[in-house]
Parts: sequence; structure tokens; C-alpha cells
Amino acid sequence: MVQPNPTPAQVAARTASRSADGAAGRTVSGEEVTGAESIVRSLESVGVENVFGIPGGAILPLYDPLMDSKQIRHVLVRHEQGGGHAAQGYAHATGKVGVTMATSGPGATNLVTPIADAHMDSVPLVAITGQVAQSLIGTDGFQEADIVGITMPITKHSYLVTDPAEIPRTIAEAFHIASTGRPGPVLVDIAKSAMTASTTFSWPQELSLPGYHPVTKPHAKQIREAARLLATARRPVLYVGGGVIRSGASEALRRLVDTSGAAVVTTLTARGAVPDSHPQHLGMPGMHGTVPAVAALQKADLVVALGARFDDRVTGRLSSFAPHAAVVHADIDPAEIGKNRPVDVPIVGDLREVIADLVPALEAEHAKVGKPDLAAWWHQLDTWRETYPLGYSPTDDGHLSPQHVISRLGELAGPDAIYAAGVGQHQMWAAQFIRYERPRTWLNSAGLGTMGFAVPAAMGAKVGEPDREVWAIDGDGCFQMTNQELATCAINDIPIKVALINNSSLGMVRQWQTLFYDERYSNTDLHTGHGTRRIPDFVKLADAYGCEGIRVEREDEVDAAIKRAQEIDDRPVVIDFQVSRDAMVWPMVAAGVPNDDIQYARGISPAWDRED
Amino acid sequence: MSRHTLSVLVENKPGVLTRVTALFARRAFNIHSLAVGPTEHEEISRITVVVDVEEHPLEHVTKQLNKLINVIKIVELDPESSVQRELLLVKVRADQATRAGVLEVVDLFRAHVVDVVPDTVVIEATGTAAKLSALLGALEPYGVREIVKSGTLAVGRGSRSITDRALERVRTA
Repeated sequence: MVQPNPTPAQVAARTASRSADGAAGRTVSGEEVTGAESIVRSLESVGVENVFGIPGGAILPLYDPLMDSKQIRHVLVRHEQGGGHAAQGYAHATGKVGVTMATSGPGATNLVTPIADAHMDSVPLVAITGQVAQSLIGTDGFQEADIVGITMPITKHSYLVTDPAEIPRTIAEAFHIASTGRPGPVLVDIAKSAMTASTTFSWPQELSLPGYHPVTKPHAKQIREAARLLATARRPVLYVGGGVIRSGASEALRRLVDTSGAAVVTTLTARGAVPDSHPQHLGMPGMHGTVPAVAALQKADLVVALGARFDDRVTGRLSSFAPHAAVVHADIDPAEIGKNRPVDVPIVGDLREVIADLVPALEAEHAKVGKPDLAAWWHQLDTWRETYPLGYSPTDDGHLSPQHVISRLGELAGPDAIYAAGVGQHQMWAAQFIRYERPRTWLNSAGLGTMGFAVPAAMGAKVGEPDREVWAIDGDGCFQMTNQELATCAINDIPIKVALINNSSLGMVRQWQTLFYDERYSNTDLHTGHGTRRIPDFVKLADAYGCEGIRVEREDEVDAAIKRAQEIDDRPVVIDFQVSRDAMVWPMVAAGVPNDDIQYARGISPAWDRED
Repeated sequence: MSRHTLSVLVENKPGVLTRVTALFARRAFNIHSLAVGPTEHEEISRITVVVDVEEHPLEHVTKQLNKLINVIKIVELDPESSVQRELLLVKVRADQATRAGVLEVVDLFRAHVVDVVPDTVVIEATGTAAKLSALLGALEPYGVREIVKSGTLAVGRGSRSITDRALERVRTA
């Protein structure tokens, strides 16, 4: 008899009672198994509960014992890229290692994009790919691809396993590498011959990683120096990056924010690390950041970078970024420190430990020299906040405003929901207009900027957090790249909700064509919106995928549609919000331009104080 | 552009050299020469690489190299405190008339002739890059047919071994 796939709630219940009979961490020595069974046993032993994948020729032997696993739930996706992004969404939302599987050749190469994405955003991911039999490797065999070679630049590490005896240790090492230090993707390519051969399985395994020793404890002297600078700066800014979320340092950071009185900005990967409602939070910095956040960094005399990497989207023209600031840079990856910006106080360590040490050091400094007088700084910052609030102009073509849709979604779904976005205008509006209060509620492809991230990532997040409301905010361009995963969601009881911001265009490209290419719209028209042929008709498409499809064309329909979606929990919901295609993302710092030249609206830049 | 010699100890596993050279390629670090071979310990290989960088980017080279899981230790070998040698094989024209002159150069540089045919000799020489450069310069007038150079090998002067301490990590990892 075939067991139906468990629902998310069943898996959650199972997890709770798993400690009694789960395989994770149990000691085993020298059991006779096949290589394939050894893989399943190893995955169970490291605590894997959810895997996203598609079987194929080279990985077929693995799928047989996988079917019998009582601990691992395998979700069959519709494209390996969807499986990879789902594993990322799962990892983003839960903090655990995301796991995806694919067969050799084209299955493996379809994982390249999610692996590169995980690499850029430091997401803990283990990708297991089947490989042709050992005797065929290097002979251009059927469905053979050198996936280890192809992904070498975009993985934290990778393995090719041809000896089945190596399987348990390799998997233990892969999970260790993926989840420690600066997290990242690890690929394990396993030859089919290794899966069918006989071997012994034992656990636990001794890791052999002589070249891998991430430093987590920060140097006390550096901490004291950083505390000294922070206690005496007149215009300090905490520049908070994704590393705070990866390290689980949000709570500690909150104490640092309160103790220091400094201004805080959160990057695109760090939204939610500090609540948007916190009075010291200026918003997101960078190309589409808020004016106060961008200005604060430009006028700061001290920038404390926590788990951030001075990415070009934040700095604008690097030579003119934060020109007056001394820099403290804390990160677990020493290679990031000093990479883009010379640093006055480098601190290598896990942010949770860094901040845990920094707060008392700062308090000690305050006891010695008193708290710094930041009144003038806050007066300046508050003036900017009042003069340049985030906002949007109403549309002049009578169509829905996308910023309004996204704002209302954030207000109705609230800060307890999880929001996954694609890439483009809708992504920027989602980062700007939703109030994030908790970490791990905002998922997006920040570094690589992969269109199509939203739906599969939302799917992975919902599997990891089944009791939360999960929304994918997608563009009509992005949606068409990965919407096949709606089938996976409908069939496997993964009721995500999709807010499709449909402007019938590749919106962000269109915005640049409006601003910099004389409104010459080359190849950005998608024919999915109002007044077009509507190919595809997203409501019909949703219905075909077993989802509830809703179309919204007027502002007075927005709230009702969102609330209707919230009432449906037995199938996914897709809301086709038909929005104006002329809406623009503001503020904006054009590429390669100094941050001082930020535009608040088209052709309007703040007039900076001359006395600085 | 200054030249720096790095001695990189890596795990003796398949594919490690590819990882190192691929890193150099994608980060646009220029490799002047590279030599790789076993060490006194079976589990550890040594890659000796000479890079053309300025001071600041050299720090980035080593930091990025350290991120590779298979890299165990990196030491910069300063020419003042290390012994640096290259091996040269050079094919030079040397007929009845000119052979004596060529052999005189060979003697002066304490090199060796390892192949002789009526109109050509192959010369083997080891030494610092400067010495080999001078040798080539002296042979130039006779007609150099082919030059084959190894990468630079380097080892620190004195009694300490960088592999010993690295091996401790291998054993206790």
C-alpha cells in the first residue's frame, strides 16, 4: 500500500515526538548496507527531515531506500531549480541546512543557479547529485556532466564520491561545512556504482578537515577598541548585514542598538534583523534605500559593519562612500574584512559572540567616559526622516498602485507572516513598504538576484514553518520562470499564497529604460496585464495548477482579495494584482554614482547641509 | 607590481590543484609560476606559487586561499630568509665552431650539458631566477632553440618546518 505524503502538520507532530525513535545522532557501528542505504542513513543521522528533489537515472538507486525513510520527507518538485530554491527558502526560514537532490547531467546543471544563489547569500545548502558509474566518468557518458568542476567557483566545497565507504563521513563533513563559519552550499556528487555497491554504515563519523577552522571567538583587544570608538563617536551608524540573521544575533543586536543609541540601517539581506518599528532604525541603505539611511552613512563619523560586506548596491561609487567615517568591521569571514573598504578595527568572529562581548565592553566605556551626546546627530536624522519619508505618488493611469498593494499586504498579513520575493521592482517595494519585525521573515535572492526565486522559496519556507502564513510576492516576469512549482504545492499540501504584482512588464528593466534609455522599451513587454492578450491568463493558470486564482483590478478590491486568500488553507492561492506599469522605485542611486547624488524622485535630490 | 612567493600546504587529494588555480583565475590574481609536489608527509602536498601583486591585494590572495577547505597553511617566503631555486633546461645551438664558447658559459655558471648532437646541446641549470636569467643572457648570442623552466621551489632557512605544525592539525583534526 502506498502511503500518502504527510501534511506539514503531520511532519511537525512527528518531529516533536522524534527524539524517542529518530535516527539523528544515534550510534551505529559496521552495519552491512548498500551505498544508497548508507546515504539515507547518513542523512537521517545528521537530522534531515525535508528534501526537495527529482529522481533520474544516475540517482535512481538512492530513491528506493529513501521511500522507506520514516524521518525524511521528500517533496517531488517539477524542476530541479525549483527544488534548489525550495531548499534555500527552507534554510532561510528555519536556519537549518536545506537539502536538494537531482540526477546527473541536466538534473545537476539545473541546480547551478540555486547553488550560485546560495553561495552569494551565504545560505546553508547541501546538494546531492547522482553521477554516472565510476567506469563511465570522463567518457562523455549518457547524462554525464562534471558538476563538481562546473560548480567549483560557486560552492563552499564539493565532493565526488566513488567509494561507498566514504559516504557517511562525506555527508557528515558536507553538513558541517555548509552550516558552520560563513554558511554556504556544498555539493556531494555520488557515482551510481557507489550507490549500488555493498558497504558498511557506521555513525558517528570523525571529520577530517585540517584546513577548516572558522574563528568564532573575537579578539578581546579588538572588541575594546571598537567599544571605545562607539562610545566616543558623534555620528555613529550600525550597518547591519545578512550575517546577523545567519548567526542568530538579532536579540544580542537589539541590546547593542539600545545601549549605543546609534542609528541603525538594515541591508536587503538583513531586513527584520532589527524591528522596523524601532525608533533608531532608519531603514534600508543603498541603491533603493531610504534617504535617511543613505544620508546617515554618508555623514557618519563611525560605521560599525556587522555581518555586511560593503556590496556595490549599498556603497554606490566606492571611493565616495561614507567619506567621513572610521570603520569597525565584524564578520566571520576574514576575507570580507578590508576587501572593499579599508578598516580601522577589524573583528573576526561569530556575530553572536562579537555582539555579546561588545555590549558589556561598551557599557564599561560608558561608565568611564559617560554616554556620548548624540542629540545633534538625531536632530539631523529626524529632520531627514520628516523631510524625505518613504512614499509613492498615486498612479496617473487609473490602475492599481503596486506600492499600495504591497503595503496593504504587509499590514493585513502582519509581521508574523513570511514574505518571499522575486527580483525587480516588486522586490524593492516589498523590502521598503512591508514592516519587518522579526528575523527570517523576509526571503529574497539579494546577491545573485535570481528571478523566479519567490514561489519555490515560499514553498520551502512553508515546509519548514507550516504554521506560519507564507506569501510569495512575485512579478509577472519572475512568476513565469518557476510557477510550475504551484503543482508541487497543490499536490503536497503546501498552501502558499502568491501576490502577483502584474505590471505586464519586466518592470525594473523598464524603469531603467524610462530613466536612461529615452523611454525606448526594448523587449520588456510581457503581455500579461490589462489591455493586453493576457498570455498566460494567470487566473486560468492558477486554476489549472489546482490553486485558487483571484484577479484584482481596482483599489477597492485589494483588501477583500487578501482576506479571501487568508481564509483558504487547503490549496495555494494566486492573486493577479493588475498594477500600473509606470510606477517607479524611489529613492534611487544610479549605478556607479556617488550616494550623495541620491534621487528622491525623478530629478529631485536632497540639498545637503553645506556646513558639514 | 611586486613578486611574492607563497608556499601553500594543501591536503593531498584529487582536484586540489584545480581549486587553487581556479581561485587565482577568477579573482584575477596573476600567477608567474607554479610548482606542486609531495612533502615529507603523505597526506600533505606543497604548492609553491609566485604571484605578481601589490601589497594590499596579496593579503586578499592569502585570505581567499585560506577559505578553500583543502588549504591547510600558507606561508610567504621572503627571498631574504628563504632558499629559492628554479630548474632550467635550455636547448642551444652549438656546432664545431661555437661549442667551446658554449661550454665555457656552462662552466662559468656551474651548469651541466645533458644532451649533445652535432649542432645543438641541451644544458641543465639550477639556481635563483637571477642566475638563470644571466645564463640565458649569456647563451643568447649562440642561438637559443628552446627554453623549459620549472616553477620556483622555496624553503625557509633555518631548522623550522612549516609542514610539521601543519601535520599536527591533520592528525588532530
